[in-house]
Amino acid sequence: MAVKERMSGNEAVAYAMKQINPDVMPAFPITPSTELPQFVSSYIANGEMDTEFIPVESEHSAMSAAIGAEAAGARTMTATSSAGMALMWEMLYVAASNRLPIALALVNRALSGPLNINCEHSDSMGARDAGWIQIYAEDNQEAYDNFVQAYRIAEHKDVMLPIMICQDGFIISHGVQNIELLEDEKVKAFVGEYEPEHYLLNEKETMAVGPYAVTNYGMEAKRAQAQAMMNARQVILDVAAEYEKISGRKYGFFEEYRLEDADYAIVAIGSACGTTKDAIDELRAKGIKAGLLKVRVFRPFPGAEMAEALKNCKAIAIMDRCESYSANGGPLAAELSAALFKAKSTAEVLKIVYGLNGRDFTVEDAKKLYEDLADIAAHGNHETEEYRYIGLRD
Amino acid sequence: MALSAKDINENTRWQDLTDGLQIYEPATSKNFLTGEWRTNTPVLDQEKCRNCLLCVPYCPDSSIPVKNGKRLDFDYDHCKGCGICVKACPFGAISMKEGK
Repeated sequence: MAVKERMSGNEAVAYAMKQINPDVMPAFPITPSTELPQFVSSYIANGEMDTEFIPVESEHSAMSAAIGAEAAGARTMTATSSAGMALMWEMLYVAASNRLPIALALVNRALSGPLNINCEHSDSMGARDAGWIQIYAEDNQEAYDNFVQAYRIAEHKDVMLPIMICQDGFIISHGVQNIELLEDEKVKAFVGEYEPEHYLLNEKETMAVGPYAVTNYGMEAKRAQAQAMMNARQVILDVAAEYEKISGRKYGFFEEYRLEDADYAIVAIGSACGTTKDAIDELRAKGIKAGLLKVRVFRPFPGAEMAEALKNCKAIAIMDRCESYSANGGPLAAELSAALFKAKSTAEVLKIVYGLNGRDFTVEDAKKLYEDLADIAAHGNHETEEYRYIGLRD
Repeated sequence: MALSAKDINENTRWQDLTDGLQIYEPATSKNFLTGEWRTNTPVLDQEKCRNCLLCVPYCPDSSIPVKNGKRLDFDYDHCKGCGICVKACPFGAISMKEGK
């Protein structure tokens, strides 16, 4: 029987870490992910885990140590947020290009400035081209479920890429909700042992990791790395199908909430989706056909699949919880707009930036947005700006 | 199908490279002829050489082979022509020649 509990998102992910019991965790504390290395350290001190915890002097060192451990053949994890991830930047690319399936628990927080500790997706969205798989959660349950699935995806022989399991800072990480946990033995059997084909501590094989590549080889190396991200699509779906069998919970690239017959859709990532679902239920009771596409997998980007799911919508709001300073809207809006164009969608699109520096996104905000979508569907899109903010004083 | 390092060359397709260009064989640097980078070339004057072997540990590319306690001529396949051996030789037995 599954265990019913009440946990914050950080507690839930730390619990998954305990159940998986990886070999090595180098980590450095930063709000709001500090609890993750803290809980793991407690588990180790209490004899409930035998992970080698490395207290490093910075996040650059955390990711460097993770790369070394993973290349040596150890299943490795770390955790960070915001500026911590920014300090890992150089090494994020090294982890991915050396094909090291490290799991990173990211608790999304704004990057400076202004200095702010609250939820935003600017940290992981900034790292969207670093070559990491990125999976996002709506609540603590999904953060837990995603972390349990992480190594199965990352360590698959056709993938061998690092994976980022993201949850919204404070809103999920510190908000306590009901959760259903799997039994330890079920998780252990599902995740299995890590048996890399090649690793530095293998005394039967010599190995060099991260060699220099001159111009005549570098482009081929990058193309091969891109193939691994393409291969991750099928692996993510296969692992989700297998996970459904042990958990009863269904996952894919995204969740469609009352989307099938929806005229008006919101596309969003993370905790704002729960808020949007409440707004949809209220609007549906009044006969307004509102729906949601909640993005779970952002890397690899399931653009064609999202465009297909949105094909009957008249107007779509694409929501980014980060300002990318491109003067063109956020990254989800930019990439999904391109996918809709390629799919020859005729839907009206509103690009939205919301929730910066932890600004609330409310049910009222979502309902107002659906009203705006209905208006542009009926009367045309007369937006004068490329994108707009929600929840901004203006 | 990933190839071994010695079989990879400038015509190799991306599908045939190893993950992350990892290398699973020892001493593959032997296959990489760094001597092609050389612009100036060290030349040994056998008359002046006393076989003190001081030049050997100074060579950063292990391009001065030693056999039976005596140094042989340079390994020009791998010598990059840095000229450190010229400075290391106490007897002026090595000089730099312009070009390869």
